[in-house]
Amino acid sequence: MTERSGPLLEVDHLRVEFFTRRGQVQAVRDVSFHIEPGETLGIVGESGSGKSVTAQALLGLIELPGKITGGDVRWRGESLVGEGCEKVLDRVRGNEIAMVFQDPMTSLNPTFTIGFQIAEVLRRHMGMSRGDAKRRVIELLDLVGIANPTQRVKQHPHEMSGGMRQRVLIAMALACEPQLLIADEPTTALDVTIQAQILELIAELQQELGLAVILITHDLGVVAGVCDRVCVMYAGRIVEQATAVELYGTPGHPYSAGLLRATPRLDEVLPRLVSIDGAPPDLLKPPAGCGFAARCPLAIDRCVSESPTITLHQHEGKDRHVACWRAFDDVLL
Amino acid sequence: MATFLVRRLLQGVIVVVAAAIFVFVATRAVGDPVDFILPLSASEEQRENLRVELGFDRPMSEQFVDYAGDVARLDFGESTYLNDDALTVVFDYLPKTLQLVGFGMLISLVTSVPLGVLASRKPGGRLDKILTTASLTGLSMPQFFLGQVLVAVFITRLTWFDPGPGPWHKNLVLPAICMALPAVGRLAMTVRSAMIEELNSQYVKVARAKGMPARRVSGVHALRNAGIPFVTLYGWELIRALAGYTVVVETVFAWPGLGFVLIQGIKERDFYLVQASVFVVAVLVVVISIVIDLVYKALDPRVQLS
Repeated sequence: MTERSGPLLEVDHLRVEFFTRRGQVQAVRDVSFHIEPGETLGIVGESGSGKSVTAQALLGLIELPGKITGGDVRWRGESLVGEGCEKVLDRVRGNEIAMVFQDPMTSLNPTFTIGFQIAEVLRRHMGMSRGDAKRRVIELLDLVGIANPTQRVKQHPHEMSGGMRQRVLIAMALACEPQLLIADEPTTALDVTIQAQILELIAELQQELGLAVILITHDLGVVAGVCDRVCVMYAGRIVEQATAVELYGTPGHPYSAGLLRATPRLDEVLPRLVSIDGAPPDLLKPPAGCGFAARCPLAIDRCVSESPTITLHQHEGKDRHVACWRAFDDVLL
Repeated sequence: MATFLVRRLLQGVIVVVAAAIFVFVATRAVGDPVDFILPLSASEEQRENLRVELGFDRPMSEQFVDYAGDVARLDFGESTYLNDDALTVVFDYLPKTLQLVGFGMLISLVTSVPLGVLASRKPGGRLDKILTTASLTGLSMPQFFLGQVLVAVFITRLTWFDPGPGPWHKNLVLPAICMALPAVGRLAMTVRSAMIEELNSQYVKVARAKGMPARRVSGVHALRNAGIPFVTLYGWELIRALAGYTVVVETVFAWPGLGFVLIQGIKERDFYLVQASVFVVAVLVVVISIVIDLVYKALDPRVQLS
């Protein structure tokens, strides 16, 4: 692998649509972001905002009726979309970019031992022999904090708890020492105490192995703890990109502000948590203007008629990227 | 494991005993064997003498006690139709039946799995529609009719096969196909729907995300899980083939197996032969179902045997 400068992964005007009987659902609309080596990027948004679809599109895992209908994903300069991408994806998936999914209870094949399922990755990408792979699997299980790895390799998923299975899935993802880990709501299906353990584990491993992480979540609290930068997604678009510190200090988009008001904080006493009224728009017929306009307390006529794109704003001497006609309006704060 | 086997064997004994009782009652309900053994010109006295000789004049309960004792000693009496020990006759004809069932079920195994997998690749696609229609046609065709069609087409019309005796492997082809076809339809449909379900599951997406090629994901990951409902149905088909289809197929093709002989035995009111055949088939059914359970356990580690 040759050394090259520039971002690890660049996503450029990505569009994903689902072709349903009722019409085309525009699940991801014009999403652009990038991630640097070793960085942690959070993607937050509510259910249906397109964050999981975005994650799966990065690895070419969108299947019919879904389809990437525009834009590009470049991994270290190589395109992962369009003609000839299958060959690159075959090399990249599970090897250079790995993914951990939301539900550990259904993510493992119930009929194979966990040892087999992890060794499979090593044998495919690293060309390891059975014996070498087995030894490495035991090391990996130990790395993700599973006790008695020599016994555990022979077990099937149903003999393990949810938290344990997520550890197995993380071990599987890290098997080939990827440069990027995409974690799609890795803790949503787990108990709160286990959630913290899994997040800590990911953070520790990131330090140790120097990998970049894309953490997808609906939990702003999680993002605050671990992420360097954050993309806020709403109705298939990224509405704000900022560093975690900036976002928590002064959200630029009314939706980000709304999310923050709906998230409990430890460092500040809020009078009460405020929910955002209304529901996201139907992506079969996305509105002409801003997707959030109908729920936005600051909406003006322009918000309804014209869709804002993500643009550079100067706020308190800092560069901020927000897609809103009324970004940083005082009422936000 | 040991407790499982002991329990299943005890259950098996109950099944076999029930079958033995049933066949005793059924044979005696169908008519008087003496009418078939003696010529029409025989006098009533001669008939009565033969009844006494064979013990059919005694009360049913007494006959049953004797029968139970004989069965317990695996003594099934002498076939009145073939004049030989009934159990020996059964074991003489059984290999031909096993050949037919074995080959037929092998055909259904090696065709239904690939067909089902192919159909599942694009549900609702053209190939799926063709295969689904073909499967439905196959499974809804009665074997006595299918057999006649095969004879008419491949023996009479195309003359690919001789109507008379020939080398065994050549003679086996058409009856085995006739045996297999309805099962192929049902099994292929099961593989298809199970594969569609498995391919949509989360572990398949995870396997793709970790870089496993599509071929391996469907051929190893999904197929093994789809194998679980398949094995259940396959075992059932195997039992139906052995304890049912053979009678029809062997009769249509004059295949000298147990099913063929059993039909003759029933026609001739040969109680002893019928009782022995049913007993042996019942034992085989029990053994097959235990083997199926073990295969099931081997496929699905979540299954507890006891």
